[in-house]
Amino acid sequence: MEQVTFTPRRGRVEAIEPLDADEARRAIHAAEAALLDERRMLDGDELATLARVPDESVPALAALAHQVRLAWCGPQVEVEGILSAKTGGCPEDCHFCSQSSAFDTPVKATPFLDTDEVLAAAQETAALGASEFCIVLAIKGPDERTMQRILELVPIVKERTGLNVAVSAGILSEDQARRLAEGGVHRYNHNLETARSHFSRIVTTHTWDERADTCALVRRYGMELCCGVLLGMGETTEQRVELLLQLREVDPAEVPVNFLNPRPGTPLGDMPLTEPLEAIRWIALCRLALPSVILRYAGGREVTLRDLQALGMTSGINALIVGNYLTTLGRSPEEDLQMLADLRMPVGALSAAI
Amino acid sequence: MDPTARCTGCGRPRAECDGCARELDPPRFCPTCGTRLAVVVTPAGYRGRCREHGPVVTGRS
Ligand code: SF4
Ligand SMILES: [Zn+2]
Ligand SMILES: [Zn+2]
Repeated sequence: MEQVTFTPRRGRVEAIEPLDADEARRAIHAAEAALLDERRMLDGDELATLARVPDESVPALAALAHQVRLAWCGPQVEVEGILSAKTGGCPEDCHFCSQSSAFDTPVKATPFLDTDEVLAAAQETAALGASEFCIVLAIKGPDERTMQRILELVPIVKERTGLNVAVSAGILSEDQARRLAEGGVHRYNHNLETARSHFSRIVTTHTWDERADTCALVRRYGMELCCGVLLGMGETTEQRVELLLQLREVDPAEVPVNFLNPRPGTPLGDMPLTEPLEAIRWIALCRLALPSVILRYAGGREVTLRDLQALGMTSGINALIVGNYLTTLGRSPEEDLQMLADLRMPVGALSAAI
Repeated sequence: MDPTARCTGCGRPRAECDGCARELDPPRFCPTCGTRLAVVVTPAGYRGRCREHGPVVTGRS
């Protein structure tokens, strides 16, 4: 396999000239007029300009993103739990992932959990006040046996917990997308992860276009598309803006925002964490680029944002994954629920049809 | 059988590693024998099972 060599960068993307304070103020005002008064989307140039506001202006950018979220989505915050129901041993080589069999990582492959285990995890999720439960499988795409397991689990989980059930099982064929939709899958997760122009440095076993194809199938068959990003993999500012515009094209209902949590043994294991204020900048830009999506706090937020986690909630985020992630742990659900209560943000299900 | 003999972050003997698991990583190696654990992470907890020593670690988020 091709070895990637990453020039170590600091946890922020530089090389672009920041705006001065006046330019930044004007750019933020112009974005406010567009998104709140005219109710129109920003174009690529406007987003690229906003990406260049200086650090001092990031809180103002974030404040606008919060206003945009309230105006386009309302005050509700959606809470979701996720479960890795089949862990490790994945034939793909996503260079950030501890579950790829291409890398020697501490994650041991484990087979598909049985129904009782999945159900118990869903019940834990319901007890935390969540409305959505996502069953995640570390596979390239489902084989027939896996399809049957998913189609058997979804109605059981739904019926026994009342939760909406989401699935993440890799690349789908047209027929598989149709069957999952008919089988009651509420949302299907398939991340773009990174910009098309950066993708081949991160994954060599499948293409960005294959990912976009599955995203299109998910929507065609009437499931809500959950399509996330993973920031901090050495992409440039331009590539982040590119990614935002590409996300718009696949038109997801939900966008989980992940920050790279470098995993030992993976090619990206030595990458630096994204700096907290840089993470806030890009959360805000995600909201300004995608005003109506469900923008979800996902993996890496604890280690990346540290004490700025509450700030993300007023920078455009309106959903979060509660509790643990797939192979790593989250902070305690009580802390997140307390944070939402302190911010006076009501918890409830959000929908693409808002 | 010493259930503290090994580092649960890398599996090496305690004399060689005094604990290297990153914050918010569940234990990945058996504290007794240092082999890789089958770890199940759920929204509210985790559990790790050693092929030799059975269920050896559990915890919450
Ligand atoms: S397809 Fe998913 S599980 Fe497999 S290596 Fe890529 S990110 Fe990891
Ligand atoms: Zn160690
Ligand atoms: Zn053991």
